[in-house]
Amino acid sequence: MWQWAPIRDWLSQLITGYWANPLLTAVQVLITMICIILVMAFYTLAERKVIGWIQSRRGPNRVDLLGIPGAAQPFADVFKLIFKEIIVPTDANQFLFRLAPFLALIPALALWAVIPFSPEHVFANVDAGLLYLLAMTSMGVYGIILAGWAANSKYAFLGAMRSAAQIVAYEIAMGFALVGVLMAARSLNIGEIVRSQSGGPLSWYWFWLMPLMFVYFIAGLAETNRAPFDVAEGESEIVAGFHVDYSGMAFALFFIAEYVNMITVSALTVIFFLGGWLSPFQGYLPDDNLLAQPGFFWFGLKTLLPMFTFLWVRATFPRYRYDQIMRLGWKALIPVTLVWLLAEGLMAWFKVGPWKHL
Amino acid sequence: MQGIRNFFKTYFLLDLFAGMWLTWKGLLRPKVTINYPEEKTPQSFRYRGLHALRRYPNGEERCIACKLCEAACPALAITIESDVANDGTRRTTRYDIDLFKCIYCGFCEEACPVDAIVETRIHEYHMEARGENIMSKDKLLAIGERYEAMIAQDKAADAPYR
Amino acid sequence: MFATILFYVFGTVLIGAALGVVLARNPVHSALLLVLCFFDSAVIWLLLDAEFLAITLVLVYVGAVMVLFLFVVMMLDVNIEELRRGLASYWPLAVAVAGFVIFAMINVIVLRKLGGAALADATSVALPASNTRALGTVLFTRYAYPAQLAAAVLLVASVAAIVLTLRSRKGRKHLDVAAQVAVRPQDRLRMIKMPGEKRT
Repeated sequence: MWQWAPIRDWLSQLITGYWANPLLTAVQVLITMICIILVMAFYTLAERKVIGWIQSRRGPNRVDLLGIPGAAQPFADVFKLIFKEIIVPTDANQFLFRLAPFLALIPALALWAVIPFSPEHVFANVDAGLLYLLAMTSMGVYGIILAGWAANSKYAFLGAMRSAAQIVAYEIAMGFALVGVLMAARSLNIGEIVRSQSGGPLSWYWFWLMPLMFVYFIAGLAETNRAPFDVAEGESEIVAGFHVDYSGMAFALFFIAEYVNMITVSALTVIFFLGGWLSPFQGYLPDDNLLAQPGFFWFGLKTLLPMFTFLWVRATFPRYRYDQIMRLGWKALIPVTLVWLLAEGLMAWFKVGPWKHL
Repeated sequence: MQGIRNFFKTYFLLDLFAGMWLTWKGLLRPKVTINYPEEKTPQSFRYRGLHALRRYPNGEERCIACKLCEAACPALAITIESDVANDGTRRTTRYDIDLFKCIYCGFCEEACPVDAIVETRIHEYHMEARGENIMSKDKLLAIGERYEAMIAQDKAADAPYR
Repeated sequence: MFATILFYVFGTVLIGAALGVVLARNPVHSALLLVLCFFDSAVIWLLLDAEFLAITLVLVYVGAVMVLFLFVVMMLDVNIEELRRGLASYWPLAVAVAGFVIFAMINVIVLRKLGGAALADATSVALPASNTRALGTVLFTRYAYPAQLAAAVLLVASVAAIVLTLRSRKGRKHLDVAAQVAVRPQDRLRMIKMPGEKRT
């Protein structure tokens, strides 16, 4: 007779024992990623809707979901892209051409490992979380460069070159803006950064570090290759830039990576400058009031604000010329951050703002 | 002084906020999109859409195979062959319009001395197979018969301006 | 135990990737394998609990330096076969250099027990907080002047590099962005009031 018991015992041991924690984490990671991808899907719809409204149009309104016109549009797009053929150009570097979309997507999703959704919920509560964020953001450029080079097309290559130079330039401004946050919070741990902002909306860093918030957001626009910094895919000059030769799901991966990056930059803006999971009513309502409790709800709600600003900016501004992008990055944003770092030093000296408890 | 003003204007992002305010107002404006298949924009009676060949009220073909339309066509979309019919009149044996070549300029209509070839205001048509883009004489005559009332009305409306 | 296995796995990958950097036929592949090398060393540093160094390696080398490397390498049109001709004839030199480096490491770690002590220190000293804080404390107190000096040297080097390559040539179509940005609508645009046509 076949004995099930030992195998079952062994399996349950395997699951409950050593593998329990990794397995649980894996399931949590999977759920989080699916949620992020779902948010990203509806973000694409929101983009088309918002830009449509701003241009006095209606936006997609043909594919209904639960009676809401246009709500199923992202899923229609996904199904269309899944069934499209992925064409690999003959002279392309086959391996790198296939690898590039993953290199674009993986850092975008890996960033979420250190982002705290609420006081308790964070995957990796690492001490150097801020550095990890910067490192992962800078990784995203590899997908773009490799895509542009491997396709063996001049348009794609031009897009990749533009993107590489732009991202390297704006990373410095972004890093300096985060140094300002670091000075105020006196910690590299992201949870600590949020906790140091507690005490109502005026003690969030947006007030004392407002120039840095703008610099960070503008650098975020440039890092994600979004309008008005989307020269990497400037369709009026170089067709579609680095992903000109991609089709079907390979293109979709770039698309997902871009939008996930936008959500990430929004979430980070909230964490660094708008108090993360902290409630805006903290200090104004009694602490036991439900609205004054910190939690994921506030984090999600606040993240919608920069996310909307991304779309709003895209609908408002025309594309920068390339030399203007470089000038803005090196001659405007970096000096602003440096000046404000000095100002922060003075604030710390006189013990105002975030430094009043020193 | 100008420099200082420019400095503040640049670093307080005043121009950018002005632009953002403009688009924000646009966000709340009423939308002007026409929901196309359900709603349609008004159409001119001179609209140049799908072609048709007309007949006289007694059923006789208007076309006399003069080939002026063929000559006038800038896109060389029209091909005509003619012969003498049984009743001794000159008639087309073949009248093809290639809709892929046609640029819908309406010159054929202008050239026609007997108002035989006309462009109707039909613009919602499609092809499903290769070869359907060639409108043969039968198809053109069928369209003409089917929409004669509309064509006649449009022609009458246009007449005072000619 | 698990960490040891990981160390050997990543060590093997590191050596393989390093060989690939030298032997790859395509310079872009070489550069990418170098990126893999940096990543691998970062992982090995992570295994040694040196998370600040690991992340900084990724941030600086992978995120910035190698991007610019790739930038240049991708635009070069080098005939790699030409350059690689006679590569094999250099093997005695390579072996000599490698032997010297290995000898130096053995000398330091095994014979003089220098590295051993430092290594034991690094792993046995349980750092109280993050080693980022510890590094920063040391860097800005005990080694403040060397750090400043290194920063100054780097700054001078980068300024010098710019000065050396900066040349103005005739007939270049340079645009003064500041002047373009400072333009006001009234300088360029004239609004004219025109009476509308009467509707008949």
